Amino acid sequence: MSARPLLRRPVAVAALTLTALLLCAATWLLWPARPVAVAPSNTATSEADSATIEHGRYLAVLGNCMGCHTARGGAAFAGGRGIATPFGTVYSSNLTFDATGLKDWSADDFWRALHHGQSRDGRLLNPAFPYTNTTHVARADSDAMFAYLRSLAPVAAVAPPNDLGQYLGSQAALKVWRTLYFKPAEVLTVAPTDGPLRGAYLVNGLAHCSACHVPRNALGGSGDMLSLAGGLMAAQGWYAPSLLDPAEGGVQAREVAEIVALLQDGRSGSHIVTGPMAEVVQHSTQHWRPADLQATAEHLKALPVSSRVGAPPSDARPAQALAQGGRIYDQQCAQCHGAQGEGVRGNDGQWAYPPLAGNSTVLHRVPANLVQAVLFGGFGPSTAGHPRPFGMPPYVLDLSEQDIADVSTFVRAAWGNDAPPVSALDVQQLRASAVRH
Amino acid sequence: MLPPTRLAALLLTTHIAWAGAQPLPRFEDSLAQRMQACVNCHGQQGRAGPDGYYPRIAGKPAGYLYNQLKHFQTGQRKHALMARMVDPLSDGYLWEIAQHFAALELPHAAALPARAPAAVLQRGEQLALRGDASQQVPACTACHGAALTGAQPATPGLLGLPPDYINAQLGAWHNGTRQARTPDCMATLARRLPAADVAAVSAWLAAQPVPPNAAPVAATGTRVPMECGSFAAPVTPAAAKAVQP
Repeated sequence: MSARPLLRRPVAVAALTLTALLLCAATWLLWPARPVAVAPSNTATSEADSATIEHGRYLAVLGNCMGCHTARGGAAFAGGRGIATPFGTVYSSNLTFDATGLKDWSADDFWRALHHGQSRDGRLLNPAFPYTNTTHVARADSDAMFAYLRSLAPVAAVAPPNDLGQYLGSQAALKVWRTLYFKPAEVLTVAPTDGPLRGAYLVNGLAHCSACHVPRNALGGSGDMLSLAGGLMAAQGWYAPSLLDPAEGGVQAREVAEIVALLQDGRSGSHIVTGPMAEVVQHSTQHWRPADLQATAEHLKALPVSSRVGAPPSDARPAQALAQGGRIYDQQCAQCHGAQGEGVRGNDGQWAYPPLAGNSTVLHRVPANLVQAVLFGGFGPSTAGHPRPFGMPPYVLDLSEQDIADVSTFVRAAWGNDAPPVSALDVQQLRASAVRH
Repeated sequence: MLPPTRLAALLLTTHIAWAGAQPLPRFEDSLAQRMQACVNCHGQQGRAGPDGYYPRIAGKPAGYLYNQLKHFQTGQRKHALMARMVDPLSDGYLWEIAQHFAALELPHAAALPARAPAAVLQRGEQLALRGDASQQVPACTACHGAALTGAQPATPGLLGLPPDYINAQLGAWHNGTRQARTPDCMATLARRLPAADVAAVSAWLAAQPVPPNAAPVAATGTRVPMECGSFAAPVTPAAAKAVQP
């Protein structure tokens, strides 16, 4: 009889320990986060001088804050734009100094949001706001942006609640996500003003390049949130190419002037920016100071090369798809892109219609951007350096998903191109994501 | 009936045959070349006929076209494809594009044979030419030109358009998914018109031949029946530059 409690005791101890651990975990998960204590601002005063405000305005352009924090047709910085993520839609907040925005915020609160990803009341922010990048912004820059935002006319605008569901939208989920993927950076008091440090500061911080170019896992995270190894923007149906791989978007072999031109004019060599990057050029990089473009270009050029070991395309290309794709190409595409995919140059000697032979966008491992171009056509951004871009018609109304897959397969296999085929399912999925967007 | 694949193949062949029948213009570094992006929907040179859904844009007043391009950007008109087209373009470029299409004087396709019953067409004609005072609806001609070919600087012509397009626009104004500058007279009007009247006026307008000189008339001045934000010239980059000191 006395043996039974002896046997049962370890089980009971284990059960008690497990329960205690679970309780601890649940308490940790559900306990509301407190605002992290931050050092008070040295520089921000309630009446910032005009030079600080102007500096803050420029910093907001560097970060393209307005891009996400402005709804279509809405007041600038008043928020309310829906950002599609694989987990649901996140709505940007109002950054003007209205009661519905930042009216009660201090420069310290603003810094807490940028550096710690935490709202004024301690609420953890959704990482659709790229605080894995803004944590690298210097305190003086944060204070200047705050001064600029305070100088804007207040706008009353309440953003719709995020559409993420009960669990994914919870503070507990954010706590887990942050434990895995977010660590506040070391505090930087003042931003580097030039040289390689300036380029790294911009790319990793305000310009938040990795927000799109990072390869994300199923939880939307990455072991290195500053990685630029290329990422599928699943909810938008675009692929942000690897900036480490010269076969994709890597610029290691390019001249600095070419990289600057791409960011300033929206085109360079046979490259024309499209999709989300066109938006970045239009609203942000075309307005950057030449020295910042130069520093950024030098940083991007100096990134380590990491090419994907390209296994030769294993999927056999169906002959029928190639034949049908070739026919569609001749009828619909050759007039502008050339019978041999050679492209056409305008009077300025630059490409009006880019060559498709050897074109890295055509050859991306992920065919998203090619299929987007065929489905929806469109223009490059009109910039001061390239005010009148040429346009491409959309084919979503003229060609079936199979036809678009076939013509995409064809251009990925013709004229020395060698990339895997595209299926009608690929096209259908991209089309669906673009409609959601 | 044809199986869907045969039908699709037939449609595709027809489309390609039609496209192939057009002489392929040589590349030239021009605005017209840049606007090849528009032809799949709006027809060569923007002269889509009334037999599809998308409207002809050639010859519409530049102010009207510019307003529409901007409204696709701001979401006052909702069309995902058009928004994607115009989103990356500057105001200056949009104004040039509007002027380009406005300046095109191209022949119109023949009107569609009227398919609506005579009584419906009669009602449509009444609304278009005389209005209906009992519903506080002025005649279309009061603002869109006596011959309904539009008025400068920003009022569009109503002839040569597909009936479904006209119908859809009045519906969109009714529902608030198309908005013009305030006061938005067309939204007010669309909400006064019962659905049957919308269908009647769309059917009648689409069945009218376009007169040989289809150019928009000069500005109709102030003698218009309603307050209308769209009568004013749009704030174009060129206009904005002119008013700057």
